[in-house]
Amino acid sequence: MGEGKCGSSMSTVAMPQAAWSRRLSSALYRRPTLFLLLLLAPPLMWLGIVYLGSLFALLLQSFFSIDEFTGLVRREFTLRTYGELFTPANLDIILRTATMAAVVTVVAALIGFPIAYTMARYAEGRVKAFFYLAVMLPLWSSYLVRVYAWKLILAKEGILNWFVERLHLGWLLDGILGLPVVGGASLSVSYIGMFLVFLYIWLPFMILPIQAALERVPPSLLDASADLGGRPRQTFRKVILPLAFPGVVAGSIFTFSLTLGDYIIPGIIGSSRLFIGQAVFIHQGTAGNIPLAAAFTVVPIAIMAVYLTLAKRLGAFDAL
Amino acid sequence: MRSEARTAGAPRAGLGLKLAAAGGLLFLHLPLALILLYAFTTEDKSYQFPPPGLTLKWFAVAWERPDIWRALGLSLRVAAVSTGIALLLGTLASAAIYRSRFFGRETVSLLIILPIALPGIITGISLRAAFNLMDIPFSFWTIVLGHATFCVVVVYNNAVARFRRTSASMIEASMDLGADGFQTFRHVVLPNIATALLAGGMLAFALSFDEVIVTTFTAGQQTTLPIWMLSELVRPRQRPVTNVVAVFVIAATFLPILIAYTLTRGSEGVSGAGN
Repeated sequence: MGEGKCGSSMSTVAMPQAAWSRRLSSALYRRPTLFLLLLLAPPLMWLGIVYLGSLFALLLQSFFSIDEFTGLVRREFTLRTYGELFTPANLDIILRTATMAAVVTVVAALIGFPIAYTMARYAEGRVKAFFYLAVMLPLWSSYLVRVYAWKLILAKEGILNWFVERLHLGWLLDGILGLPVVGGASLSVSYIGMFLVFLYIWLPFMILPIQAALERVPPSLLDASADLGGRPRQTFRKVILPLAFPGVVAGSIFTFSLTLGDYIIPGIIGSSRLFIGQAVFIHQGTAGNIPLAAAFTVVPIAIMAVYLTLAKRLGAFDAL
Repeated sequence: MRSEARTAGAPRAGLGLKLAAAGGLLFLHLPLALILLYAFTTEDKSYQFPPPGLTLKWFAVAWERPDIWRALGLSLRVAAVSTGIALLLGTLASAAIYRSRFFGRETVSLLIILPIALPGIITGISLRAAFNLMDIPFSFWTIVLGHATFCVVVVYNNAVARFRRTSASMIEASMDLGADGFQTFRHVVLPNIATALLAGGMLAFALSFDEVIVTTFTAGQQTTLPIWMLSELVRPRQRPVTNVVAVFVIAATFLPILIAYTLTRGSEGVSGAGN
């Protein structure tokens, strides 16, 4: 086997210092399982201890409670902390966050699809590279700076209001802000403003999976559809859209999950009402109520678990 | 009809689609351009548009601020150490996942992806809960612990993609020619995946340098550059200085991303042509 070949060549290639390493490497070669374990041990130990360990600590903490008199965490098993989640105020927070995440996801898919479609179907060479970079750069570049940009845009004296004044559209903006629930005193303290920022920040996460799914649609299928008399619109609806749908679902995993857990955007832009992330942040911080913060965190985990199960059924994981 | 489509190259997009795509891209990029403009404004009390005048003085003011330098230093150190750990763990994991099919393989790859698939707040509060449970005080290393965990996946993704494109016959050829495992790794595997690792490392560095959500839970009283920016966002003190730092952060994250893109794009073409 490989053993004999290695042995014979060792005499011709003079590497005496490597004798021990050669013996070690042949030993590993003959024991692939051991080698695999050696490769896997460091990353698995890191992720297992640091990450899974922490998740377990989180779960554990959510079954503790806080002593109302001393303000200290009481390390005894109780379901009381989970019970606190079901107060009307906290249910409101959960519902508000989930609704925002759903709306952001749907609109991101609507805006993202044309870009992904153009990238996958109509762009080649340099144009494609340009598109790819144009989506990649915002995705990887600073999250905070991009949120900050919207603070500039939505400010009363900022660019958006300047344009609205120039175009004499003040009545339109006032009308939008006058809407119940989503409106507010100004864009920067309304749900609409918050929605715009969420959409802006997570949009690239929707575009890339859709693009990947569209790239994998074989051109021969489109030709076949055309040959069989399908008009472009029909081909799009009956062939392209169903094949791209797993990509949309894959993108929605990101936009939905990231919106569910974000606490910085709702803190900077939008109304003062809490979102799940902010509730977690406040409870663990000044209040020191880590059990309640932990229980709150289990909510998005549970929602995402359901979401991922559904997404798996829709074939989203093949599109990632 | 079919041959016509082939010779004509890519089909042409309709006007509506073009407009929608262009609008989407503008939506993604105009806000960043605006940040650049605001770094030069003479107005320092509000976000007035258009800026009443342009000046370079805020760059000098920002340069003189020791708190910014301290935050920058901490961010750079955290990013460097986290990237190092991520490179090591990500490469090992990708080599293991790529080279064999074993029981639980899917679970392992899920475990690696999980820290970035779940919202950052979950990683953050979990680490916080664990530190609290074990009475670990906040330090440089608590930040690194969090960052390295979500950086592994970036290196892993890049390395696994490259491994998939590397043909196994090269490794077999190297072994047949008498190289042992270490020599094969050093002279065949490493040169092959080096640019992918560099790209992964760059992205991991950018990710860590910019991370704020997990960091707020693991930093305690320490201030990284993103945490400094966050405090300025919540309570603005000197707006133009924040704008200058924002421009710097954009530049500092754009460069590694562009380099990473160039590194992986070139090799992709080469190995694609080889296959």
